[in-house]
Amino acid sequence: MKVPTRETAPSSGGLPAVPAKAPAGRFSVNLRQSGIYIAFALIIVLFSILTDGELLSPQNISNIMVQNSYVLILAIGMILIIIAGHIDLSVGSVVGLTGAIAAVLMVDMDVAWPLAILVTLVAGALIGAWQGYWIAYFGIPAFIVTLAGMLVFRALTLTVLGNQGIGPFPDEVRTLANGFVPGFLGNIGLGPLGGADLLTLLVGLAAVAGIAGTQWRARQARLGYRQQVDALPLFLLRIGAAAAVVMVVIVQLARFKNLPWVLVLLAILVLGYTLLTNRAVFGRHIYAIGGNLNAASLSGIKVKSVTFWIFVNMGVLAALAGIIFAGRLNQAGPTAGNGFELDAIAAAFIGGAAVQGGVGKVVGALTGGLIMAVINNGMSLIGAPSERVMLFKGLVLLAAVALDVWTKRRAGSAR
Amino acid sequence: MAGLPEDAEEADGLTDDILRMRGITKTFPGVKALQDVNLAVRRGEIHAICGENGAGKSTLMKVLSGVYPHGSYDGEIFFDGEPCRFSDIRDSERHGIVIIHQELALSPYLSIAENIFLGNERTSRGLIDWNRTNAEAAELLERVGLRENPVTRAMDVGVGKQQLVEIAKALSKQVRLLILDEPTASLNDEDSAHLLDLLRGLREEGITSVIISHKLNEIQAIADSTTILRDGRTIETLDMSGEEVTEERIIAGMVGRDLEHRFPPHEPKIGEEALRIEDWTVHSPSQHDRVVVSGANLTLRRGEIVGLAGLMGAGRTELAMSVFGRSYGVGISGRVYKNGGEIQLRTVGEAIGHGLAYATEDRKRYGLNLIDDIKRNVSAAALGKLARRGWVDDNKEYQVADGFRESMNIKAPSVLSVTGKLSGGNQQKVVLSKWIFTDADVLILDEPTRGIDVGAKYEIYSIINRLADQGKAILVISSELPELLGVCDRVYAMSAGRITGEVSRAEATPERLMQLMTKEKE
Repeated sequence: MKVPTRETAPSSGGLPAVPAKAPAGRFSVNLRQSGIYIAFALIIVLFSILTDGELLSPQNISNIMVQNSYVLILAIGMILIIIAGHIDLSVGSVVGLTGAIAAVLMVDMDVAWPLAILVTLVAGALIGAWQGYWIAYFGIPAFIVTLAGMLVFRALTLTVLGNQGIGPFPDEVRTLANGFVPGFLGNIGLGPLGGADLLTLLVGLAAVAGIAGTQWRARQARLGYRQQVDALPLFLLRIGAAAAVVMVVIVQLARFKNLPWVLVLLAILVLGYTLLTNRAVFGRHIYAIGGNLNAASLSGIKVKSVTFWIFVNMGVLAALAGIIFAGRLNQAGPTAGNGFELDAIAAAFIGGAAVQGGVGKVVGALTGGLIMAVINNGMSLIGAPSERVMLFKGLVLLAAVALDVWTKRRAGSAR
Repeated sequence: MAGLPEDAEEADGLTDDILRMRGITKTFPGVKALQDVNLAVRRGEIHAICGENGAGKSTLMKVLSGVYPHGSYDGEIFFDGEPCRFSDIRDSERHGIVIIHQELALSPYLSIAENIFLGNERTSRGLIDWNRTNAEAAELLERVGLRENPVTRAMDVGVGKQQLVEIAKALSKQVRLLILDEPTASLNDEDSAHLLDLLRGLREEGITSVIISHKLNEIQAIADSTTILRDGRTIETLDMSGEEVTEERIIAGMVGRDLEHRFPPHEPKIGEEALRIEDWTVHSPSQHDRVVVSGANLTLRRGEIVGLAGLMGAGRTELAMSVFGRSYGVGISGRVYKNGGEIQLRTVGEAIGHGLAYATEDRKRYGLNLIDDIKRNVSAAALGKLARRGWVDDNKEYQVADGFRESMNIKAPSVLSVTGKLSGGNQQKVVLSKWIFTDADVLILDEPTRGIDVGAKYEIYSIINRLADQGKAILVISSELPELLGVCDRVYAMSAGRITGEVSRAEATPERLMQLMTKEKE
């Protein structure tokens, strides 16, 4: 087999040539990477038809975002843990406990809300540090430590709350969880679509411009280093599709009320954690540990420290989700967060994380979470009973992981 | 390579051979592990197979026992004159061929009796008959001379006794051909002697044994005939009963005589001392009282390529990994000097910081992130060099990796190719690139050409020479004597955890090294 070389590659030196294998399984890799986005699109189309377009109505899009924001936040933390080859079963209980802590601080003790939020986030970090210690430094499997955490933190939730709900929360916290960015610039008419908030539209346009600009600059820089890049039409198609999706969501949100605060928060988190996983040394060490633990530690990567900090990070994000969930319900309840860990784990795996670790993307986990959100929402719109929703979600999860295993086996046999 | 001795009578199948394997060829991606191998074992004999590490001994036995099923290799197997096409281990066991692997396959928490009848349970009406299980186990234990209660957990008896349990398990399957892969490698002298006695006893009962061993004195003591493998081919079969076959005779067959032109020429420019290891002792992490490396002393100089020879279990990798930031072992003692000053190497990070690099013998398990691309594997050990304030410069990383792709001649469409899909030689070049990028000036290369084909080996040797010419100190650990003789300026030999000798390039011969490598405790 001849080695496909690029034009810029020099011919090999005077050493005996060894035939290398041609790249195999490119299709399957791409299928696994992009399959999830195709599936997301298909599910949206399916439920749009089934609900006569109700799914994509302004209010419903807003609802999907607000109702699922906490699971999406948890999924971001969870994907880091799963990439490193661990799991966290305690996040639901941590959501409950941190919500309770926030409630006690703000409602019972009248602590100013910004300080209360800060203290709650620190509490989340300490919870994460507790679990991270046992996992990273003591060497107990994360499954066991966080299973214990699931019980312990639920018990503490009940203790803190005295087995009853605490509320109501200050208005600011409720706004963060449930409210919308005020429309400073007023409305403008969008012809047949009616009036829409101008600020939201401008934010949307800025986001699209930002996405296109950074992608274009990255592409130019790669070309400058003579790296391979996607062909220009494919590149434009991808940017165009992303822009279209963003603008559809934005226009619908603008037509309803405005940008939900949680969406702003989520956007910042997704951006920040995408950067962390792609570009930061810390993020790259997470992939190295999940991909091959032995090779990582023999490369001098501080495996224990990285493992510890991803659990601290999970604790902080769970605390954030706890505050938002409690704020949304305007009450911290004893059952808050029940089962959230399963949603977050499912989101990560549907979003392309590998069961053995080492693979996964923040945007993937977000998409996985949104797939489940759309299934939940769409099925409840068409009046499907909850047992059928559960059934469908379970099958989607199984199918996603089956696809992962299948593509890996194919790649393995091509080796 | 030598021709294959085969006389016409044997080909007719009229002899008293219980087993004949003919023309066995087994290929792994990129490597021919076995090439046209022939083996004939007479009924009722003890047949030894020897050869260097990687000569193909274990692969041959896996073909025989169905671990590699029919169809995954070429050639024919005749057992009792009948052609055999085993589909798995159970299939070969049904014919009475039982293999006992080097790594024992006992389930530690089950009792001895349960282990003996694992997969072959003594039942009545679908339920396990415990009385029968334990009674029959006790009989088998008596046959192998093991005085233990059958209900004792397997983990609670020593390695030597576990070996006997394995043999009892084989006997329970009505074994006719017993294959033992390095059965005495982890046994002490007493247990080894007992095991060899047991094999003699089984020979009296008419059970044929095939024994793979590195211990030449054992082979002399017990074997009726010996087949020597080298580089995946049969070299010869020696009759041990007739004339006196000396250890030297076996060694000559194992190492071969001709060093072909497989090594690039190299004129060493040897400088000052770079690394000195003194009185280095390491204990096993699983058995804290077992000494794995004992009082080793070693010196590496700039520009010098030093070899470390030893057979399986000699402690070479353990020595290297324990020095490299205590990646192996417990109870480590000794001193390490870099450029004349004593240094502490408590973690891998410290070792890398002091300019050490260790390229593992097992690329897939310890060297590479196989699901990630070349670029990220190359940068993995020195990502800090590509980062500013914790953020990696992607484009610079690409440039660095692409530079290595060109200078090391890594055959891949681009540095974004996944390393799991590269050939062994190219994977090794990625590992070497990773360590060169850490700016290491002392490189420990553990089996740098294992599982690599001949052409790529030449390239790896050229790279090693180039690194030495840049003034780096290099330690090459290898099981292939020709490689050590062809590449190294000086060679240390290890046996049973001790450095048994040091030989300069001029004095080094395969025979001399093999003597040092098989030297037992005086």
